[in-house]
Amino acid sequence: MSGHLNLTLKIWRQKNTNDKGQFVTVQAKDIADDMSFLEMLDVVNEDLTRKGEDPIYFDHDCREGICGMCSLVINGRPHGPKYGITTCQLHMRSFHDGQTIVIEPWRAAAFPVLKDLAVDRTSFDRIQQAGGYVNINTGGAQDANNILIPKRVADEAFESATCIGCGACVAACKNASAMLFVSAKISQFALLPQGQTERYERAQAMVDQMDAEGFGNCTNTGACEAECPKGIKLTNIARMNREYFTAKFFRQEDVHA
Amino acid sequence: MLDSKVPAGPLAEKWSKHKFDMKLVNPANKRKFTIIVVGTGLAGASAAASLAELGYNVKTFCYQDSPRRAHSIAAQGGINAAKDYQNDGDSVFRLFYDTIKGGDYRAREANVYRLAQVSVNIIDQCVAQGVPFAREYGGLLDNRSFGGAQVSRTFYARGQTGQQLLLGAYSALNRQIQKGKVESYTRHEMLDIVKINGEAKGIITRDMVTGKIESHAGHAVLLCTGGYGNVFFLSTNAMGCNVTAAWRAHKRGAFFANPCYTQIHPTCIPVTGDHQSKLTLMSESLRNDGRVWVPKTIELSEKLRKGEIKPKDIKEDDRDYFLERKYPSFGNLVPRDVASRNAKEMVDEGRGVGKSGVAVFLDFADAINRLGKDTVEAKYGNLFDMYYQITDENPYEQPMRIYPAVHYTMGGVWVDYNLMTTVPGLYCLGEANFSDHGANRLGASALMQGLSDGYFVIPYTVGDYLAKIGNFNPVDHNNPAFEQTRKEVEDYVNKLLSLKGSKTVDDIHKKLGHIMWEYCGMARTAEGLTKAKGLIQELRKEFWSDVCVLGKNEELNMSLEKAGRVADFLELGELMVVDALERNESCGGHFRLESQTEDGEAKRDDENYAYVAAWEYKGENQPEVLHKEELVFENVKLTQRSYK
Repeated sequence: MSGHLNLTLKIWRQKNTNDKGQFVTVQAKDIADDMSFLEMLDVVNEDLTRKGEDPIYFDHDCREGICGMCSLVINGRPHGPKYGITTCQLHMRSFHDGQTIVIEPWRAAAFPVLKDLAVDRTSFDRIQQAGGYVNINTGGAQDANNILIPKRVADEAFESATCIGCGACVAACKNASAMLFVSAKISQFALLPQGQTERYERAQAMVDQMDAEGFGNCTNTGACEAECPKGIKLTNIARMNREYFTAKFFRQEDVHA
Repeated sequence: MLDSKVPAGPLAEKWSKHKFDMKLVNPANKRKFTIIVVGTGLAGASAAASLAELGYNVKTFCYQDSPRRAHSIAAQGGINAAKDYQNDGDSVFRLFYDTIKGGDYRAREANVYRLAQVSVNIIDQCVAQGVPFAREYGGLLDNRSFGGAQVSRTFYARGQTGQQLLLGAYSALNRQIQKGKVESYTRHEMLDIVKINGEAKGIITRDMVTGKIESHAGHAVLLCTGGYGNVFFLSTNAMGCNVTAAWRAHKRGAFFANPCYTQIHPTCIPVTGDHQSKLTLMSESLRNDGRVWVPKTIELSEKLRKGEIKPKDIKEDDRDYFLERKYPSFGNLVPRDVASRNAKEMVDEGRGVGKSGVAVFLDFADAINRLGKDTVEAKYGNLFDMYYQITDENPYEQPMRIYPAVHYTMGGVWVDYNLMTTVPGLYCLGEANFSDHGANRLGASALMQGLSDGYFVIPYTVGDYLAKIGNFNPVDHNNPAFEQTRKEVEDYVNKLLSLKGSKTVDDIHKKLGHIMWEYCGMARTAEGLTKAKGLIQELRKEFWSDVCVLGKNEELNMSLEKAGRVADFLELGELMVVDALERNESCGGHFRLESQTEDGEAKRDDENYAYVAAWEYKGENQPEVLHKEELVFENVKLTQRSYK
């Protein structure tokens, strides 16, 4: 434990959305291996600031793997080399002394770069706004235990609901498809009794918005599932497709209800 | 004297009577009002959605790139509700009583009772939204126990309850955005409020992407901006959590109450070094099955620290399960303040563990033997994984090392029973206000309060205010107050950008954190607090003379964002110290070494300090003025808290 690393970072720098952008090489010296990856970037930024140079902008907030704000493609992999964690949970003990680390933003047409490593993910919000909810107002709910949900169903819905909306699935996909993200929410509500009323309307509205945002199609490569820090399963996409086809071919009367 | 506006009548009837007495805005008129909501966590998102459902126009603001990222998302353990689904003797009164007692009798009775009353509606509401709470095999909702309670009333979604509740509120908010009733502004930071004739009528924001400083007008403003734990630099808060919105409102006339009441959570992953940027909480729910211990002797602790022996080499007889020993009835589930102080006591005695010696063990070996690894994994799997990622130690095989860390702030903007601040038209909800947790918050009560304020309190109380102002015309955006305040903010931003010293903003923030932790942390003395006050004043001078803020306004500028927040933390830090000094008693999380029982427990002074300390800002470098709201207890008897 507590060794120290010297690293060469090749970092994407881009002033704003319209700037062309380029890789810039920065040395990170004397990095403790019990630092998190973002703490390593903090150290680099403190050095840059002391030298009067613009620090590297990256998105981050909770730093415990749940808010979904941090991103970064590290050596070609969203959220770095380890499975099942976000960049903020990645620690420097996963790297070795003398290593070169390439750090890029999420790359997708629907995620324009704002500055350096930060991208605009409001397209995700718009997809959720299109139908990622149950249409009920505050106040009229029945007693919670009147809705019985088998544990198996509740657990499966929960697994889908744990998506943090980080966008790693899009960054991992050669088509920049957002299907894993969209299908997670559609699945949660397709499984639960509370979601049945608007099941088909929801699937169609969310998929239509996803297409309108310019995300690509799914070709079943599975990179999204492999890189998802929350282990959202590919079966969600299968379920979404089923919901969507059913909506399109058999349940249009429900969609327009 | 501050008027809390608590309605008359018996405790259990206050809220329903008040709901009837409040004025209503008729449905056709609601759409003529605009309400500004700052912050989109549990309180903000639930308030914005509920108000929009009623027909009001709502504008929401958050500094993150999406409302879904507010730090409520990180709450792990659960949410309390007096459902009594377990048939174990719970009731609204018991939840009220536990919360008042847990807060060491420094909260307002009527507010806490209302919180307990609406707790049951929250669970119904969230389930209806499709929040996937944990369930029993029969399909009913499952519960677990939390600190400070002897009933199981905590609803949960594995270790991600905050995430699921926030995504529920976010979905309700999205529905209203889609309907055009809510206009959502993301990557926007509120930098001031605008007052017209003494009433809040708008805010000034900075678009963090373009730097544009703009004014927004509304008939009422709701601050739902969370707590100020990051004044300590290291805390379990998200990196962006800040006091700026609340503090700027304070400087415009909103009193700030009980700033010294901060919660140090007992079960966090210990600090490893100076590079550390934040601390990670291990949910209180772990204390259901984990046992807290240190070695009985200093010698054994030293051997552990040097790595000569491993935890499992220490025999059962040589272990001190100090919480079980000292508090047989509540054991490992004593409230947070008690658990934290005891951990500190062990470390101070030299019996701490880990390389630094600043940690105690939280051990699951018994639970794994009793329940099996699979059951433990199903209950706490994600927490164990998180611990493993951070420490590189496997908690299934060796005990976790934990130590207290700043987690929550009970103090905040003073509000009356209607959640209105001392500025008419300005409201404060959730952790940002001071109202419901007294001097110590019980576990699983923060989610309850945020959603109670947002879903079930503010929709009524804000209507009463709007009906009374009775002016359906839009707020006049041409009123010179908007441009004047906007210009003041712009000048302030430029002043920050002109700072070209040698220190980074983080340098100053870390120093402030050290001062706060050392003198205004788990143990406080008059001497230390007096010293801290001077140190903070000096540090503030250093900030304004020697900090470096890079870049320009018209870009994403983290230097500028941080500088504005730390400037406010420096002022707040001083007020916290002043408040802690003024409160010459111990209560809950505020532990004055001068005031303790023979057993070393917090000793209140009810005769002299049974009040809320609400501070009024009087101008730069002027001492703030203390206003007291007497706390009247008609339904509980004030006793020395005992968890033995």
